[in-house]
Amino acid sequence: MNFKLTEEQELLRKTVRDFAENEIGPKAAEMDEKEDYDWSLWDKMAEMGLTGIVFPEKYGGAGMDYISYALATEELARVDASSSVVIAAHTSLCSWPIYAFGNEEQKQRFLVPLAEGKKLGALGLTEPSAGSDAGAVKLSAVPDGNDYILNGTKTFITNGGKGDIYVVVVSTDKAKKHRGTAAFVVEKDTPGFTFGKKEHKLGIRASYTYELIFENCRVPKENMLGSDGEGFKIAMATLDGGRISIAAQAVGIAQGAYEQALAYSKIREQFGRPISANQGIQWMLADMHTRIEAARLLTLHSAYLRDAGQSHTKESAMAKLYAAECSMWVTVKAVQIFGGYGYSREYPVERMMRDAKITEIYEGTSEVQRIVIANNILR
Amino acid sequence: MKIVALVKQTFDSEAKIALEGGKINRQGISLIMNPYDEYAVEEALKLKEKHGGEVTVVTVGPDEATEAVRQALAMGADQSILVNPGTEDIDEYTTAKILAKAVSGLEYDLIIGGFRAIDDGSAQVAGRVAEILNLPVVNMVTKLEVDGGKAIATSDIEGGSAVMEVPLPAVITAQKGLNEPRYPSMKGIMQAKKKPLKKIGLSDLGLDASQVAAKVKVLSYSLPPARAAGKIIPGEPAEAAAALAKALREEAKII
Amino acid sequence: MAKGILVFAEQRDGKIKKVTYELLSASKKIANQLGEEVSAVLVGKGVSALANGLGEYGADKVYVIENDALENYTTDAYTNVVADLVKQNEPTAFLLGCSITGRDLAAQVAQRLDTGLLTDCINVAVENGQIVFTRPIYAGKAIITATIPEARPVMATIRPNVLPVDEPQAGKSAEVINVSANVGSIRTTVKDVIRQVSARPELTEADVIVSGGRGMKGPENFKLLEDLADVLGAAVGASRAAVDAGWVPQSIQVGQTGKTVSPNLYLAAGISGAIQHLAGMSSSKIIVAVNKDAEANIFKSADYGVVGDLFEVLPVLTQEIKKLKA
Repeated sequence: MNFKLTEEQELLRKTVRDFAENEIGPKAAEMDEKEDYDWSLWDKMAEMGLTGIVFPEKYGGAGMDYISYALATEELARVDASSSVVIAAHTSLCSWPIYAFGNEEQKQRFLVPLAEGKKLGALGLTEPSAGSDAGAVKLSAVPDGNDYILNGTKTFITNGGKGDIYVVVVSTDKAKKHRGTAAFVVEKDTPGFTFGKKEHKLGIRASYTYELIFENCRVPKENMLGSDGEGFKIAMATLDGGRISIAAQAVGIAQGAYEQALAYSKIREQFGRPISANQGIQWMLADMHTRIEAARLLTLHSAYLRDAGQSHTKESAMAKLYAAECSMWVTVKAVQIFGGYGYSREYPVERMMRDAKITEIYEGTSEVQRIVIANNILR
Repeated sequence: MKIVALVKQTFDSEAKIALEGGKINRQGISLIMNPYDEYAVEEALKLKEKHGGEVTVVTVGPDEATEAVRQALAMGADQSILVNPGTEDIDEYTTAKILAKAVSGLEYDLIIGGFRAIDDGSAQVAGRVAEILNLPVVNMVTKLEVDGGKAIATSDIEGGSAVMEVPLPAVITAQKGLNEPRYPSMKGIMQAKKKPLKKIGLSDLGLDASQVAAKVKVLSYSLPPARAAGKIIPGEPAEAAAALAKALREEAKII
Repeated sequence: MAKGILVFAEQRDGKIKKVTYELLSASKKIANQLGEEVSAVLVGKGVSALANGLGEYGADKVYVIENDALENYTTDAYTNVVADLVKQNEPTAFLLGCSITGRDLAAQVAQRLDTGLLTDCINVAVENGQIVFTRPIYAGKAIITATIPEARPVMATIRPNVLPVDEPQAGKSAEVINVSANVGSIRTTVKDVIRQVSARPELTEADVIVSGGRGMKGPENFKLLEDLADVLGAAVGASRAAVDAGWVPQSIQVGQTGKTVSPNLYLAAGISGAIQHLAGMSSSKIIVAVNKDAEANIFKSADYGVVGDLFEVLPVLTQEIKKLKA
């Protein structure tokens, strides 16, 4: 076994940490407050190649592994979860299915600008009545000559509104349920494709979450990823990888909150000594640290399996489940250690606590992760 | 043009310094490229982008200084040399002698380094290198242009700044404000591992330890006495401000 | 045979810099212990009139090197003439102020003479017949004492404003020795000099500094600090946060990547007290902090703290000090 990062992975971690602390950190609270993302940060991330870490150089990426991707995601989330969400949704949920299921022409047309950060990507999967049950999508795609006509809505779409390229999972034959699904690439400004309301959220408030509306939206057949009937399969494979980045994001949020709490416990004095001198605080910190390390190991292990080309459905689910619950637990403790100040927006831990909650919900709730894990161990 | 960038690996500026056995404890300290050297590397890369050529990074340090060198390569430097002096007992004289010897084996139009390192803050290595190589030096440069065998450098001087013209080759040291160093790109990080990183020792340069022996001898290390926290002057802002003025006058007798 | 302590008498625009007196006072003490004399070297154009005054501060001899080419500092010319003088006189120690000029010159001369150099020292003493220097490293987070056991001269630059200046002995004169200058070739050409015009003292020499940080909220609010500086005769400084925000020029930044200062009074307004800032000002004698965040790190280093809004505190403080000084 080898738990040591490579020199490149170490340098990547340090680079992204510096970038996040220097460039994103000073803006995080304000972006959260205004519920708006500073897209100049996107341009900087694109310049650094954070928008296409895992894709081969020939498709505009950096040709790095999933461990690197997980490390970068963690470091972004440690400072600002919203930034990690923007990158993760773009990379795992939009660029990746195009890379894995698209043909060469689609990769050149869509993946290259996505990986280079010239375009922002999003995945349109969730619908008002199809969340975790992705096979139940209703958004219909009806063939018409060389095109398909899309009708329906997608909801809670991360990077929606701002995104340029959307992978949209549709139903081509409702009778066949999940076997009657397909995935299309739809570009912003395609006639008939508009955005509904912007969601106002508890956390990750700087990231955009929009409703997508398709009204007789004509999409050419050549925009279909894979073949008709593969929509559900593509969605599931996409979420497998996506879970690794959500796990990494959860670890990052927890790490950020833990570091804040650790530092604060050493400077905050009550009854004439720092609160870190109290065993009650010490045990909290010890538990926070231990859980984060466990979550990180699960996350990096699932990234390792993916890099090795091995099945990691169960491991990704475990990592995402544990890291998300760890993140929620740790951030609540961090707020507790900060006391009244933790509840105030003067300090970042309350933001981190709000940001952590979504990791237990999106890309499969914790309950769904348990189902995935149970299905794997009981079969 | 051929540019040599001198870099040093230093403690992270956030590092907590502790003593162990009368010396600085290096355990668990995270190491970074000296921030002033980052300005130097960035400027070298900008000049290369503008005029063509190549950037060679040279450092003196233990093997772990590889990390700082890799960062420079990931930023875009072409090749690098790390000279391990084989001892920790070195001073600015040692470092300058080694750097000058290593650089003298290269072709160069410009040598650029940070004007000081944030660890020992001595601000003398680059100047010493210039003296050994008999090159002119311009320190604390905040703006640099290279044109036809000469450099125009704006440098900090007492009470202002001066615009200096200097023929190349020359030594330039970077002051904060010269540029904003780029972050290594992801592609750069991947490419860095394929770029030449020559690790050598003193004998590879034809030097022996006595020729570069430190002139300075450190007698003791200590931690600064903690500044005792003073008093918080209570009251509403206006009230406290008045009390403060009084305390500075009557108690501290300083105004 | 090496002998004497030589001090670089730094002058600008016909005025001796204060650090020169600090160096002379310190040199006098160590020279007495070593049974040696103190000399100074004064370099420039038309500076000989300044030589005698150095006697009052402890110089036994003053070497004056004058030349038109030495009017403004250049690394080449000053290195050439000063290194030559040091070679001829072989002093035990050669001390300079850790100013921009002193630091630049010291590195060149030290290398030309194949000797060691301790930069930015905050103390100098004699122990067991050796001159021992104290200097902060790691941005003031550790302190070393060090010597240069064999190489001569022992060289060091001393941080301005740290060592005391002894009462000058009125009427005491120094032996003035004019030295002919071999300036040599000067490879750099000064194309332009931009002086910062300010009626206020320089940061590194100021007795009082008022500094502002992120809490100043914008460049326009530095007026509050300037008003206070005016009544105190202080220099205005800033933290990195204020400089990086583009509110004030980098030249007034105090801290690890800015200037290191040691005034008698340092007032930090809206500065949180990051370790990088403390590195530049923790050797100040009295530190005053004004910050609305009671948990701000700066209060740990401050002799006096006011927890409150600087926009309310500073104007009152300025008025109160004006009243006291009236």
